[in-house]
Amino acid sequence: MKKKLQTPSQTVGPFFAYGLTPEQYSYNFSSWVDGDMVADPHGADVITIGGNVFDGEGMVIPDAMLEVWQHDNRHSRFGRFGTGTDKANRFIFRTTKPLPKDGHAPFLTVVLFMRGQLIHSFTRMYFSDEQELNQRDETLLTVPEERRHTLVAQKKGSFYEFNIHMQGDDETVFFDF
Amino acid sequence: MSQQKKNRIDVKVHPPRLFPAYKSTVLRAPARPLIFSKKTFSELTGPAFGSFQVDPLDSDLTKNSVVNGVPLGERIVVHGKVMDEFGRAIPHTLVEIWQANAAGRYVHKIDQHDAPLDPNFLGAGRCLTDATGNYKFYSIKPGAYPWGNHDNAWRPQHIHFSLFGVNITSRLITQMYFPGDPLLELDPIFKGVPERGRKLLIADFDIDITEPSFALGYRFDIILKGNHETPFENK
Repeated sequence: MKKKLQTPSQTVGPFFAYGLTPEQYSYNFSSWVDGDMVADPHGADVITIGGNVFDGEGMVIPDAMLEVWQHDNRHSRFGRFGTGTDKANRFIFRTTKPLPKDGHAPFLTVVLFMRGQLIHSFTRMYFSDEQELNQRDETLLTVPEERRHTLVAQKKGSFYEFNIHMQGDDETVFFDF
Repeated sequence: MSQQKKNRIDVKVHPPRLFPAYKSTVLRAPARPLIFSKKTFSELTGPAFGSFQVDPLDSDLTKNSVVNGVPLGERIVVHGKVMDEFGRAIPHTLVEIWQANAAGRYVHKIDQHDAPLDPNFLGAGRCLTDATGNYKFYSIKPGAYPWGNHDNAWRPQHIHFSLFGVNITSRLITQMYFPGDPLLELDPIFKGVPERGRKLLIADFDIDITEPSFALGYRFDIILKGNHETPFENK
């Protein structure tokens, strides 16, 4: 059977907020998803993840949108957040840490959209307090050792800091899907 | 591995990450090669959207944010089918759209284009595809608008589309254009797509769904990457 061509990607552009993240940006349209990926964002096992997205000159990107996906058999969670509302232009997600599955270290899949990207970028966020599992995670092992740190969020209390660098010495590892 | 590589996104139709004619790609495109990773369970199962309910009014942009009248502009009905590369319908999947108003102005607060806002038009909508993968929106034909990419740069009229499909690897954000728009040939965002993929971004005028005395019809089918991988399990 002859395969059809995939519909090509186009940039999310600078003006996505009232369509994709309306309540976060105070538009009069309901949001079906936001950065709170759990029903009770103040629950005891809830973690907060935050960070900035930096461009090739190290400038903070104020018009990116991130989606976070996780599924560990027990919980399937999804979040979406734009970098245009926080004072420091950070993204902020509240979720629970996924459980390790099939021997993999726990991770969140991060999908990044913004003006200046004709197609979105995929990365992963691992956890700095899972060192043992991280050291034998099959995906992390396919990444050159000197770049692995770009995929690991740093735990600071109940907060995990995860900065994304599009280019430069600390360029985040992006995956080919 | 070879089977999985076959199922990557099709670089012959998708735009590259760096496309210097679209200037903001220069500092925002990853500079290093992407790393191929086997997909694992969570990436091949996709998110569960739970009991998310779409309001029927959400798909009618001519009505979903009226304040004191009806929006100005040319009424349109846009419909199409969401399917995978084998033509199999993708039912009950979320389709989100957003667009400029008839004057080419976005509601977004950072849009400074000197064109009027329409108090009765937001320009955002969403719906789920039906059991046969079809969707339908009522809207207003968006206007072209200027942007700062290069001297006298104008974006062709377009509607932004966001789709999920079967799992994370089929995620797509794209733009639907209108047939015969002379700005297409001048637009680096459209031209960033390899030539063989460009016609897939242009809707067909469709007299059969044009509603007499009401709205012009356009058909825009969307082909998402299919789900033909098996999860990688590390035993």
